[in-house]
Amino acid sequence: MIKKIESKNFDIKDSHVLKIAKKNGRYSSIEKLFSMTPEAVLDEVDKSGLRGKGGGGAPAGAKWRLIPNPSEKPTYLIVNADESEPGTFKDRQILEYDPHLLLEGIICSSYAIKSNHAYIYIRGEYVFWAKRLQVAIDEAYAAGIFGDKVLGYDYRLDVTLHRGAGAYICGEKSALVESLEGKRGHPRLKPKQKEPEWFFGCPSVVNNVETISSVPYIIKEGFEAYRAYGTEKSPGTMLFGLSGHIQNPGVYELEFGTNMLEFINQIGGGVKDGKKLKALIPGGSSSHILKADELEGITLDYESLRAHGSSMGTGGMILMDEDVFMPKVVKNLFEFYHHESCGQCTPCREGVGWSDKLLGKILDGNGTKKDLDTLLSLSFLLNGKTICVFAPSVAYIIDSYIGKFKDEFYSLVK
Amino acid sequence: MSFEFSKENEQKFQELLTRYPKKDSLMLPSLWMIQHQESWISSVAMEYLAKRLDTSPMNVYSVASFYTMFHLEPIAKYNIQVCKTLSCMLRGSEDIKQHIENKLGIKAGESTKDMRFTITEVECLGSCGTAPCVCINDDYIQNTTPQIVDKILDGLK
Repeated sequence: MIKKIESKNFDIKDSHVLKIAKKNGRYSSIEKLFSMTPEAVLDEVDKSGLRGKGGGGAPAGAKWRLIPNPSEKPTYLIVNADESEPGTFKDRQILEYDPHLLLEGIICSSYAIKSNHAYIYIRGEYVFWAKRLQVAIDEAYAAGIFGDKVLGYDYRLDVTLHRGAGAYICGEKSALVESLEGKRGHPRLKPKQKEPEWFFGCPSVVNNVETISSVPYIIKEGFEAYRAYGTEKSPGTMLFGLSGHIQNPGVYELEFGTNMLEFINQIGGGVKDGKKLKALIPGGSSSHILKADELEGITLDYESLRAHGSSMGTGGMILMDEDVFMPKVVKNLFEFYHHESCGQCTPCREGVGWSDKLLGKILDGNGTKKDLDTLLSLSFLLNGKTICVFAPSVAYIIDSYIGKFKDEFYSLVK
Repeated sequence: MSFEFSKENEQKFQELLTRYPKKDSLMLPSLWMIQHQESWISSVAMEYLAKRLDTSPMNVYSVASFYTMFHLEPIAKYNIQVCKTLSCMLRGSEDIKQHIENKLGIKAGESTKDMRFTITEVECLGSCGTAPCVCINDDYIQNTTPQIVDKILDGLK
């Protein structure tokens, strides 16, 4: 069930130190990388079926192909390490235990899109991880891995670490780029047709830490080796998180297509303190909640979760035991979203606050049935009327959490 | 009152200028440098930064006030940030918060009179697998219990 590709070195002592990382295979894909053309690297990643592991699940190769080739302007790789989705704590494992895996991935990916400068945008709270990553970057510069030449090959690459400062929305790729440009983290309007992101008007790719960290294996071992794991449409592996009421919380690398309940029970050790499972959120708080009796037969891949009415998201599962009172959970999430709305679009800025307020009133025992109906109707006002998918996430919470646990909510109102 | 970068920060600023296509990108790194230097970001410092980045003080303020980690007012020596989001809540963050509030005699959002401690409730710290999580200034305390909190707070000078 557990298949360690990205997490291969996590258990090795001092695996974050360059010398030890190198001894354990880091930067071993570089020789093969430079024997290939950028086009061939793109092909390899395309064929591997690698999908973005930050939540969206978009094919990485297709995203890279949005960069004009040749490009008149410089191109940039921007790595999204703004890990802030509730229930998600996987990227920090890579940054903590194997930062050189990410840096190796950055070389492979930058080469494919012909970029000479990569930026890593890390959330402000991750001070320890930013320090660790900066040490790894400095070590790499000193060892001739970055700079004018990459390990002696005629290719220039710089890597710059950029710290965020506490804004969930900067995990949204266009907000991230805005923030990197020194502005407020406001998501940008989406173009009609697919386009790259534009960093100061230059075509750029934004990918999650884990996505980039998956690339070295694909280059070194070939796309077929990667496809040997997972399913046809969700190939490879992913770092899954378990948190909340689970006996063994943590991050585990699994093949896509692993049975969800087997994972929870065999590796996660089941629900904490032997209690019964009430519900779980499969991929960070922005995915639809699933009741315990809906989990039968679900496998951990994009298609299965979608077929069961939820989504893969970031793979960060939050479990809730039988004693959890769902209105409290929803209030907690509303407070999160209310706090984190960037304030750009009125339906989101006002609607999320309104939802939070209404539910607060209901939880205080002052709510009426009409308040609850108003709350349910807000889902319509939040969904599909804003620039980014933040407000729709709140709409999903209203629909799925309240929809599936109606009795608990109606028991609170007169 | 005046502000300018320390020698070390000035050097860093110059180095960063070479690392971005435009100096606009230096906004967040510079705000961080100011905060490290002064522990908070004053309007004088923002005016200084505006000049350095060829922008308006209002723009600097607009950006600085967007990000929750920038302190635009003086802050206590120890900022105790208690994560309150779902995974931490399920693992008892409310009890931890209560415990710290009782111990220090202040509520979340307040500072002690001697400006040694501030309690802040924060959203997901990305420490869900080691919940509940409390972050004191830059340091994460994971799998927090009231006993651990006591030990750490009592050890702070």
